[in-house]
Amino acid sequence: MSQPDDDPKSRNNEVVAFRVGGQDFCFDIMSVREIRGWTETTTLPHAQSYVKGVINLRGSVVPVLDLSDRLGLGVTETNARHVIIIAVVNGQTIGLLADVVSDILSIPDDALHPIPDMVADQVKAFISGVVLIDERMIRKLDLSRVVPPSGLEAA
Amino acid sequence: MTTGGSDDFRASFFEECDELLEAMHDGLGLMQDGAGDTETVHVIFRAVHSIKGGAGAFGLDALVSFAHQLETVLERLRSGRIEATPDLLTLFQQCGDYLSDLVTAARADAAVDPGPAEALGSRLNAASGPDGDASEAVSQAADDFVPLALDLDALEDPQESDADDPLSSRIGHHITFTAEPELFSSGNEPALLFRALATLGPTRVGADISDVPPLSLLDPTMSHLSWEIELDGDCPADIVLDVFDFVSDCASVEIGPLEHFAAPPDPSTVPASDDIDPAIGTDVVAPAEGRPPNSETEGRGDDLARVAPPKPTAAPPQPTTRIAAPQTIRVDFERVDKLINLVGELVIKEAMLSQAVGMLTLNTGNEVLQELDGLKQLAGEIQEGVMAIRAQPIKPLFQRMGRTIREAAAMTNKRVRLVMKGEAAEVDKTVLERLVDPLTHMVRNAVDHGLEDKEARVAAGKPAEGSVTLSAAHRSGRVVIEISDDGGGINRDKVRRLAEEKGLIPPDASLSPSDIDALLFMPGFSSKDEVSELSGRGVGLDVVRSEITALGGRMSIQSELGVGTVFSISLPLTLAVLEGMVVNVAGQTMVVPITAIQETLQPASVRIHTIGPGTKVLSIRDTLMPVADLGAHFGFREPPEELDDHVLLVIETDTDRRCALIVDALQDQRQVVIKSLETNYSQIDGISAATILGDGRIALIVDPEGVAGGVAPVPATPAASVNPDVVEGDSLVTA
Repeated sequence: MSQPDDDPKSRNNEVVAFRVGGQDFCFDIMSVREIRGWTETTTLPHAQSYVKGVINLRGSVVPVLDLSDRLGLGVTETNARHVIIIAVVNGQTIGLLADVVSDILSIPDDALHPIPDMVADQVKAFISGVVLIDERMIRKLDLSRVVPPSGLEAA
Repeated sequence: MTTGGSDDFRASFFEECDELLEAMHDGLGLMQDGAGDTETVHVIFRAVHSIKGGAGAFGLDALVSFAHQLETVLERLRSGRIEATPDLLTLFQQCGDYLSDLVTAARADAAVDPGPAEALGSRLNAASGPDGDASEAVSQAADDFVPLALDLDALEDPQESDADDPLSSRIGHHITFTAEPELFSSGNEPALLFRALATLGPTRVGADISDVPPLSLLDPTMSHLSWEIELDGDCPADIVLDVFDFVSDCASVEIGPLEHFAAPPDPSTVPASDDIDPAIGTDVVAPAEGRPPNSETEGRGDDLARVAPPKPTAAPPQPTTRIAAPQTIRVDFERVDKLINLVGELVIKEAMLSQAVGMLTLNTGNEVLQELDGLKQLAGEIQEGVMAIRAQPIKPLFQRMGRTIREAAAMTNKRVRLVMKGEAAEVDKTVLERLVDPLTHMVRNAVDHGLEDKEARVAAGKPAEGSVTLSAAHRSGRVVIEISDDGGGINRDKVRRLAEEKGLIPPDASLSPSDIDALLFMPGFSSKDEVSELSGRGVGLDVVRSEITALGGRMSIQSELGVGTVFSISLPLTLAVLEGMVVNVAGQTMVVPITAIQETLQPASVRIHTIGPGTKVLSIRDTLMPVADLGAHFGFREPPEELDDHVLLVIETDTDRRCALIVDALQDQRQVVIKSLETNYSQIDGISAATILGDGRIALIVDPEGVAGGVAPVPATPAASVNPDVVEGDSLVTA
């Protein structure tokens, strides 16, 4: 239990940082499977508005979520420059639509700050903390909350 | 038992057990039906015996001792010392079930309730007859059961009979039996085979021990023995070979006519009981004589000469028959599934390639197109072949139901016979596995609620013993399983009254008999109290139905009062592919299963009436059916006003619901690979799965039942007359 890795001050979290709706977000790199360019999705009937549809990921059917819409930052008008981050959340493979992937960062645990109380509930619901790096504020997403724990239900 | 190799053996032992238990249950079923003969008893005996043998090798003591008890009684039955009474057969059935339990427990390394073993054991003892000593045999089992033990006493009888056997009567077979090491490692016992041979006629058995090396060079895991057997009598060769059928994969058997060996057996023949030192005689691989290894060849010649003098050179070549075991291999299902996935990918890639080539606008007859056609055909054949690997006969499932029936019959104090039909029909393994629960439920229902009490049956002029029939048959690309009983049928008045009491239907609803039957599938209909006093059925049938629907299956009921009830389940043969019509709807590409499509129509050529605001009805051949826009149904668009640019698909579901779906255009009819939506998403109403098209994009597969359910009511039932709450959840229709 006394391994250096377990010391919160020295333990670093590798995260993928990306931009959605003009804001910076990140989540644990261990959840990421791959990052792909935007491909047209097949629309699902009766789906939540933030579910863009499904894509074919080497033979698997993978739903794609519009993160911007999900986080309340407006519906994304997709173009070829958008990216889909393929992540595994609660055992399900999903695609997350983002504007651009910016960085892979190493964040020490103690650099992660709790969100101030004033922030609106909808944002708070999806964010587990914020990191300040070079004047940039990066919000750390709690993926298990972005994707409803009960799975993606049809509306 | 923890090394990898041993685990492999263990796994293959249990796989073998499955087959053996199946053979045993088969045999027991035959005997129960009165169709069994001596051979059937043999088969059962052999199955039990080899389970015992394998179990001994893995130190599964409980299994060994119970199998031994059962085997002892079977042996007595086989030798005609006891009679196959109905009671005995019932006992055998129960023992067979318990043996299955023991195997299951042993496989899971779980403890098993020893209670039944004692109870069944003492009943077996009682059944083994007045001179039966099953218990004694059991007590010896631990010492007695050594798979390598050669029971020399067994060979004595033939030896004696040989003495007064006139030489002139020598018509028969000469059999050379060479044991492979696997024979012993799988717990087989040559002496028992010879004993079985002796039941066919007088035998003389000699062991050829010439290959046995000196003790210092002896590898105890190898087999060094072969036997020469002379069998008198005109027993047909195939009957003789049947004796060895069971060991055909671990021993070589050569059989030829005896004429060439008509010389009287040399008194110095190596009769096992004489020449081999009794002290080491129990050990098959013991060196009987200290031969130097280099004299093996000569030695063998000597021995053979004594058993069978050299053939005259002029003699015609001896016809010999070698038993061919059916060639099978065991493969991990994971590997098969991986292969199936890959083949699915191959088919998709092939479609993508076709599409890309199509864009090149090549001339017809171009080599590329021809070769592509060949590739397409090959891919299709590979797919079919790979799918076939997953297919398994439905028989083990039915046999499992046999046990459910026996237990349900015992609990309800009814006499029930299971009849199986078409059990060789093959179904996808996953389908089979997921059928266990629903089928168990329905079979139990059939016994509990379907069949009447003995008294009621007799009063109705039926045999006291009820029968439940399980049948399977392939019908137009699907497999249809029927569970039928010869019970009292559904009491529709009671069902209706009950549904009214529960508020499932309004009191004035006009329902046809089949509508009333369909009420049984409604959630909320079944509840233990009412159903137990109801002569019909209904325990959790909605659950059964939804399980079947999840498999892409459909259920229906036919029932006649006083005659019985038939539940039919129609299932896809495989969960992997589907024949579909690719259509365009509101800019989306979707697939409609061909099985549901009755016909396609141009709206201009038929009459479409509008009833009320926006409700359209198609009038075709004197029937009316609702018209629904597929795009609007899925919320992709508003229903179009003008239909002339569209196409109508007339859909008929397995529950006889019909409707006409509006789509924009038909693209193509093709086989599509089914991909699960639920893995990464969730189930969607009206969508059964997804597939990947030639352009690499995903298309959704329409579930006709789900769509029609939202559009068309149960036939002949005005939607308005059914409680709206029920219709809301699609419960009445999707199931």
